[in-house]
Amino acid sequence: MTADDPSGASPPAQGSRRIDRAGLVIAFALAALAIVLVVDAGRLSSGAMYGMGPEAMPIVVAVGLALLAIGNLIDALRGNLPPRESADPKPVLLILAGLALLIAIIGFGGGFILATSSLFVATSAAFGRRAILIDSAIALVLTTLIFLAFDKLLTLSLPAGSLERLL
Amino acid sequence: MIDTFAALAHGMAVALQPMNLLYALIGVFLGTAVGVLPGIGPALTVALLLPVTYKLDPGGSLIMFAGIYYGGMYGGSTTAILINTPGESASMATALEGNKMAKAGRGGPALATAAIGSFVAGTIATIGLAFLAPLLVDFAVKFGPEDYFALMCVAFVTVSATFGDSPIRGLTSLFIGLTLGLIGIDKLTGQARLAFGVPELLDGVEVTTLAVGLFAVGEALYVASRRHHAEEKIEPVRGSLWMTMEDWKRSWKAWLRGTMFGFPIGALPAGGAEIPTFLSYSTERRLSKHPEEFGKGAIEGVAGPEAANNASAAGTLVPLLTLGLPTSATAAMMLAGFQQYGLNPGPLLFAERPDLVWGLIASLFIANVMLLVLNLPLVGLWVRLLAIPQPWLYAGILVFATMGTIAAKPSVVELSMLAAFGVLGFLMRRYDFPIAPVVVGLILGPIAESQLRRALAISLGDPIVLLQSPMSATLLGIALIALLAPFVLKGLDRFKASED
Repeated sequence: MTADDPSGASPPAQGSRRIDRAGLVIAFALAALAIVLVVDAGRLSSGAMYGMGPEAMPIVVAVGLALLAIGNLIDALRGNLPPRESADPKPVLLILAGLALLIAIIGFGGGFILATSSLFVATSAAFGRRAILIDSAIALVLTTLIFLAFDKLLTLSLPAGSLERLL
Repeated sequence: MIDTFAALAHGMAVALQPMNLLYALIGVFLGTAVGVLPGIGPALTVALLLPVTYKLDPGGSLIMFAGIYYGGMYGGSTTAILINTPGESASMATALEGNKMAKAGRGGPALATAAIGSFVAGTIATIGLAFLAPLLVDFAVKFGPEDYFALMCVAFVTVSATFGDSPIRGLTSLFIGLTLGLIGIDKLTGQARLAFGVPELLDGVEVTTLAVGLFAVGEALYVASRRHHAEEKIEPVRGSLWMTMEDWKRSWKAWLRGTMFGFPIGALPAGGAEIPTFLSYSTERRLSKHPEEFGKGAIEGVAGPEAANNASAAGTLVPLLTLGLPTSATAAMMLAGFQQYGLNPGPLLFAERPDLVWGLIASLFIANVMLLVLNLPLVGLWVRLLAIPQPWLYAGILVFATMGTIAAKPSVVELSMLAAFGVLGFLMRRYDFPIAPVVVGLILGPIAESQLRRALAISLGDPIVLLQSPMSATLLGIALIALLAPFVLKGLDRFKASED
């Protein structure tokens, strides 16, 4: 609908009637998800004597997903998706790398301060900052303050590594 | 009536205890501070601050919640006026006129009419909540499981299909949420569904992990991906904060009309503050004596929608508290807040924990007063928060976002899920799928399933029970109409006209 909007500010060069490849991927992903649901439901044994067993709802959801896959497929083939602006993948990947680093540090017991500081620096770099040393210092101070506030004042237990044990 | 006054007075007594006043104050302050950050709407504000309240007692934490909720709404309107980035679609109308006013050097009066309008609307709507809730509770006590199931079907359809841009994309979001809701151990038979042998998945997907992933991480990724497009510009607050006599004259009717749109539509199990805000905006434009100012910064265009937005926020608390039915992302987060204490909103909660429910309702009044008294003088402080450079702002948001998960469950699996939901949220923003239905689907899906299974177990497996109860039959009919209507009315260009 939005793509048909004549007042839309999108450049017409994009062609609103072309097959949308991203839309095709979405449709196939939904169909795949529906299949996963059906396969998983097949393992369940119906425990209920009367009424619905645990496998009924996944089947209902799977049918819904399959129908929506068809709906999305039609939208994609007609090019009926809203116009998109260009996206820059680099900052996205940088933030995801920061998240991966955070998960790894938490996983190996590196503690809260180190983990969130590395995410802070990665995100800040993704948004265009190049002063990594200054940002690291800010991140360490900020996350240490957060750690102290939450661990000591609110007694939430945040994972402690060697840095946290010094506090 | 008398009962309501007594209950409300009792609630006031709870909310006015010094400790609870302090919680309300902290909530209001935190809610505004987080809500004012660009790109953070009230739902994410509540989601981010959930872990903070984790260790408090339920009463105090719910009161803090009420403050966070209303504070987040206040903060959101400040952002919409001073930088033209509404954190949520309900603030779009406010941004439309408010940002123009700020550019014309009338940011002060715009902020003032938004704040006072929010106060007026919030107070009237909270009174409405206090009187409507007991009536609905009396009604809801008679609900059987089949009626609840039918009611949830109505909520599913209206939240995802009826009022969005595209019913297909809205329903897709809803079904992603329903799928996530299936994950974990089936409560009736103890069998694991969609857990794939991962022990962390047996408990199901945490609502906060999903919400923070979709809203915070997803938003950060999305903004980062399109940073090369344009930089946002903060309008300085110039001139007096005070509204002139003329401003008051033009605002007060708009506040009341906005409230009249917002509260009833919010209280319906349909959700969405977009409709009342845009109804209010187009009404004000039609009724205004200065229609030529619209699009250039008309004060009515801020006053009306902002009142409608706040009134509908209070309205969504009606189905949430009386039926346990969240109809917006924010209400879903409030429900998650209840659930973290094992509390289930609904008629039973009114009977069993009246102190909690009425304490919460009373504290909404208090939060509103605090916001009015605190926020206009403190507006300089909030403006300074807006000036945090974008890299540090989003880095800080992500630190806070991950902190909640790290505090609740410091496991690699849980954090990986947070990251995965962040990617999902990014993709959904990029391809224009609405986010709120996912959260509503995750929360309501399992409840709807258990109600349906209970209904069918009572009827010995006969599905006709869904149509035998007149309530359930009517509601299912409404759900069906609401599902088909957008496809039938596809040609109608609904609220688009008012946006241009």
